[in-house]
Amino acid sequence: MVFEQKKEKPETVRKQIKMSSHQRAAPVEKKFFTPGMKILTAVMVTGLGFGLYRMIFGLASVTNLNNQYALGLWIGADVATGVALAAGGFTTGALVYIFNREHFHAILRPALLTALLGYTFVGIGLEFDLGKWYNIWHPAIPFMWQGNSVLFEVGMCVMVYLNVLYIEFMPVVCERFIGRVNLPGMLSCLNNPVDILLRFLDHILGKIMFIFIIAGVVLSCLHQSSLGTLMVIAPYKLHPLYWSLLSPAFFLSSAIGVGLPMVIFESMLACRAFGRKPEMRVLTPLARIIPFLIGVYIFLKIGDMIFRGTYVYLFESSVPAIMFWIEFGFLTVVPFFMFMSSDIRRSPRGLFIAATMYIIGIFLNRSTVFFIAFKPVYAEKAYIPAMGEFALTIGLIAAIIFVYRVFVTILPVLPAQEENS
Amino acid sequence: MPNNRRNFFKQLAGIGSLLLLGKKKKAHAAYSGRSPDQLGVLVDTTLCVGCRSCEKACNRINEDLPHKPSETFRDDSVFEQRRRMEWDAYTVVNRYKNQGDEGRSLYAKFQCMHCVYPACESACIVGAFTREPNGAVIYDAWKCIGCRYCMAACPFQVPAYEYGNALTPQVRKCTFCFEKRLSEGKIPACVEACPMQVMSFGKRNDLIRKAKKKIKESSDRYLPHIYGEREVGGTAWLYLSGVAFEDIDFPKLGYGPVPGYTEPIQHAIFKWFLPPLGLYTMLGGIMWFLNKKKKNRKQLENK
Ligand code: SF4
Ligand code: SF4
Ligand code: SF4
Repeated sequence: MVFEQKKEKPETVRKQIKMSSHQRAAPVEKKFFTPGMKILTAVMVTGLGFGLYRMIFGLASVTNLNNQYALGLWIGADVATGVALAAGGFTTGALVYIFNREHFHAILRPALLTALLGYTFVGIGLEFDLGKWYNIWHPAIPFMWQGNSVLFEVGMCVMVYLNVLYIEFMPVVCERFIGRVNLPGMLSCLNNPVDILLRFLDHILGKIMFIFIIAGVVLSCLHQSSLGTLMVIAPYKLHPLYWSLLSPAFFLSSAIGVGLPMVIFESMLACRAFGRKPEMRVLTPLARIIPFLIGVYIFLKIGDMIFRGTYVYLFESSVPAIMFWIEFGFLTVVPFFMFMSSDIRRSPRGLFIAATMYIIGIFLNRSTVFFIAFKPVYAEKAYIPAMGEFALTIGLIAAIIFVYRVFVTILPVLPAQEENS
Repeated sequence: MPNNRRNFFKQLAGIGSLLLLGKKKKAHAAYSGRSPDQLGVLVDTTLCVGCRSCEKACNRINEDLPHKPSETFRDDSVFEQRRRMEWDAYTVVNRYKNQGDEGRSLYAKFQCMHCVYPACESACIVGAFTREPNGAVIYDAWKCIGCRYCMAACPFQVPAYEYGNALTPQVRKCTFCFEKRLSEGKIPACVEACPMQVMSFGKRNDLIRKAKKKIKESSDRYLPHIYGEREVGGTAWLYLSGVAFEDIDFPKLGYGPVPGYTEPIQHAIFKWFLPPLGLYTMLGGIMWFLNKKKKNRKQLENK
């Protein structure tokens, strides 16, 4: 590793007090380049290769986008799904700090890290999609503010929230490096100032963190729902099963619903990768909350369908109708009942399957709204993402996992293990 | 099914008008174009012969587009497909079968409709699209970040993108000749170039009057429908036709402005920042309350 670790731990006592009743988090001590990681790296490099190609030769060279389908996989998956799946950060934050469920403290840091990386990669993914990516800062300039634009609100909230996430994560960095700053070579003269800075940050942040935690929740509610408002502007293009004025409420409630399944999914994958036992002690009670959250989404969705009478489309033989059955009927309602069952909640396998199903359901839901149930006025054939588009999307997911791995190796994110089993 | 769909749109219009209730007066003004000075063009499709002079004139006036030789505009084979505007063609003429009279084909010219309540303007994240007081909807390439949300928003699917341009791609659409002609007091290039005088340029209100007169005087020639008078809150470009507008590729649209669906939601969420602040206070309150409760409990336990 690049980061040298000093062996002595002068601050351990202090930290133990700080983490008090909770289980301590610690860097993972495992070999970094396992065979799995090598495959992951290959996938990541391939995807980024396509991304680079798009940057040099333009959108047309890699994507199947056209004047009819202007938004495609990169918006539906990398951005819309990415934001939804990163909801774990604010939902666990709210759970632990606002609703005071200290029991779930152990999952807080991994959830926060996932959110942080998720949003960072939403930004990176968006850069590949924007025609003039170098203008991404424009929405932040007051004379270009456009308060009528839904996208403007999404952009601003995501931008601010990303910063809030970095602040929320700062204590983890402080914890790791206070008293252990050891910069290489020339920079070593900065060791002391950096250390002082970290201590200062740690001190201040410890006192005002609640401001950011609540802000994170508010910002998340705003942009998660506004993502759903985006396509409301296209009533004549979006299939009636998906066009609804309640769409922002659907997006918000389903994102809140997917936050915890995502935490479960990710925690189990991490345990598997590091050869640990899944922490059912935390995950099972966590899963108990999920049906209430997904339930709100299902209730809203069905209620809206009855109110607007759009159930008449359920049995037409069209792609949107089929998608509805798959993403809602199969991948939302079924996991809902799975999370209801206490047997499944106690079984690592059942829990993992339920969480995975709902996560895929959310991905399909967002994709359906953005390009599958979306039929532009003069579209002659449907948009099917090109190979390069899939490659970049998958590559970015691989990159998230890669960076996650780097982070948990350096920083105390995952719960400490007494011995490596 | 199509019947259902129509019902759905009716419902949709209903919900939309509910939302717009507060803005009812404004929406009404839409039909006259928001201001009496709103300009427009009336296109009488029954007169069009498909000579594509307008396409050529448009290519000549917009000098930043690649210059196309005159022969391209005489090539009739383009009519074999249904064309749409491209980044390098702000207007296209299409040919349609005439059900009533097989011998005489129908033609229709398409370009940006210059909506009175433009969806592209409402959607754009940086305000790159703006509607000028005279009704022209124009684009500022410098501001644009290339997110293409405007293209998803436009109910007429007008804006085209330079997907092949890696560094400086722009959204492209008809400018209403705003800079080159209107601001100099001249009429749009395509309008002037038309040998059949298919298009008439003028104040939108006058054009609507003129269209109504035409419909009244030759009711066998025109359907009693001015496309663009009310569609999505009104458009600057208005069309007359002898056949149903769907048959010549004009989408069937409701009368409510499209931004009328998103903007009320948007503004409700941000009304004086009250909802976000309210949520913030509420969450803060819960946090404070639960923390206090816990502390009290701890104290009790300690005693
Ligand atoms: S037709 Fe489309 S591009 Fe033209 S003004 Fe209306 S919304 Fe904008
Ligand atoms: S592509 Fe450009 S003009 Fe269109 S919405 Fe995005 S920033 Fe605005
Ligand atoms: S108004 Fe001008 S830009 Fe628009 S189609 Fe006519 S010539 Fe082209």
